[in-house]
Amino acid sequence: MNAKTLSIIACMSIAILLSAESVLAKRHKPSPDSESVYAALAKVPAKDSARSNPLERDPEAIPAGNKLFHMHCAECHGEMAEGGRKAPSLLVGEVQKSTPGTLFWLLTNGVVRRGMPVWSKLPESQRWQLVRYLRSLSGPPEPMPNQVHTRQ
Amino acid sequence: MMNNHNMRLSRKYRFLFAPLVIILSVIAAHAQESPYIVTYDHYLEEPGNLEVEYFSTFGTQRAGNDFHAFWSEFEYGATAWWTTEFYLDGQSTFNESTLFTGFRWENRFRLLQREHFINPVLYIEYEQTSGADKILKEVEGHDVESDYATPNSISRREHDHEMEFKLLLSRNFHGWNFAENTLAAKNLTGGNPWEFGYAVGASRPLALKASAQQCNFCSENFITGVEMYGGLGDRNTFRLRDTSHYLAPVLAWNLPNDWTIRLSPGFGLNDNSHQFLLRWGLSREFSSFGEAISRLLGGRQ
Repeated sequence: MNAKTLSIIACMSIAILLSAESVLAKRHKPSPDSESVYAALAKVPAKDSARSNPLERDPEAIPAGNKLFHMHCAECHGEMAEGGRKAPSLLVGEVQKSTPGTLFWLLTNGVVRRGMPVWSKLPESQRWQLVRYLRSLSGPPEPMPNQVHTRQ
Repeated sequence: MMNNHNMRLSRKYRFLFAPLVIILSVIAAHAQESPYIVTYDHYLEEPGNLEVEYFSTFGTQRAGNDFHAFWSEFEYGATAWWTTEFYLDGQSTFNESTLFTGFRWENRFRLLQREHFINPVLYIEYEQTSGADKILKEVEGHDVESDYATPNSISRREHDHEMEFKLLLSRNFHGWNFAENTLAAKNLTGGNPWEFGYAVGASRPLALKASAQQCNFCSENFITGVEMYGGLGDRNTFRLRDTSHYLAPVLAWNLPNDWTIRLSPGFGLNDNSHQFLLRWGLSREFSSFGEAISRLLGGRQ
């Protein structure tokens, strides 16, 4: 094994150790750091925030979003989106008062530093379905034909 | 005396049943897995989740025996920007023998926090395998079909320690995913030169909108695509001559009960390639695995 090889292995080991150290250090902090996650909502670019939901009038969007939520989100955010140890509540005003575009942007980009993964692997339509469902969780139900009960 | 014996037994059983406790305490998580088998997109495992995967590759071999290579993969989401994976490889060469051929430890780091036009991920892997390894998880340098014709009894004596670096680039566009991987690998044994390779892929779900009902056969559960991968020579001979290349349609079926099935027939594109590779894989994702381990080791609740 020559010196160049050894230095590559050493660099890689240091990188991995530093990453592990930063992860462990984060785990000792109280989590989830809800406020900073909600703060991410305020950082959404205005152009994205102003986007409207193309599925706003789709009667299937809320039940489909409900299904997607329980498949992908409930394990961290709780079955009723009330929040859990890994992720904050989605029933609070910061989330419920956000525009569809803001929620869509956050789903697409995540808050990677705070542990919220990017969800752009879900097709755009499915992300909009999720946004419809999230916004149906509080306040008066949105008018739609064949009203479906989405909260369990 | 009896108490000591009981204590020893209970300690023994505690370790014996630990894996069972972990498996029972984690919750299966629904996966939305990409169909690629060789190519990587920019998505990492969700933090705290463990994905357990099994893959098989059946390959035809001219001037030798056909083979069935297989690997198990344990993929853990350490953070939202770091995924670590451990592989165990093996193979059966027909009319010869079945061998354990080595292990790999792979790490993927997301370089940018948000989604961009192109999303880069850095991939670093260390592998310790024997010369009999045939999983063809990547094709690099001047890897050609004839390398795999050496009988197991001889090829198993060769031991490789290899570092592999990849730059994974990927983007989504109108429901499609496009991914490109560039590979550089260095065998640490002997004075081997750096070897290079590539993989590219495109995939799309059959339906972009989710249906409102739970279903196994809904179109949105199926993702289809194609990938192409091959070698690019080495540092001294960076060229396509004496390299092998494959084209492989891919299909993933993400089942609502948390399983993913993948299938990919691969076709060699030149005379240096295996004529046919049939790959398939089965995987299941478990959420909160990290928390279960933490609880078992007495960490915070």
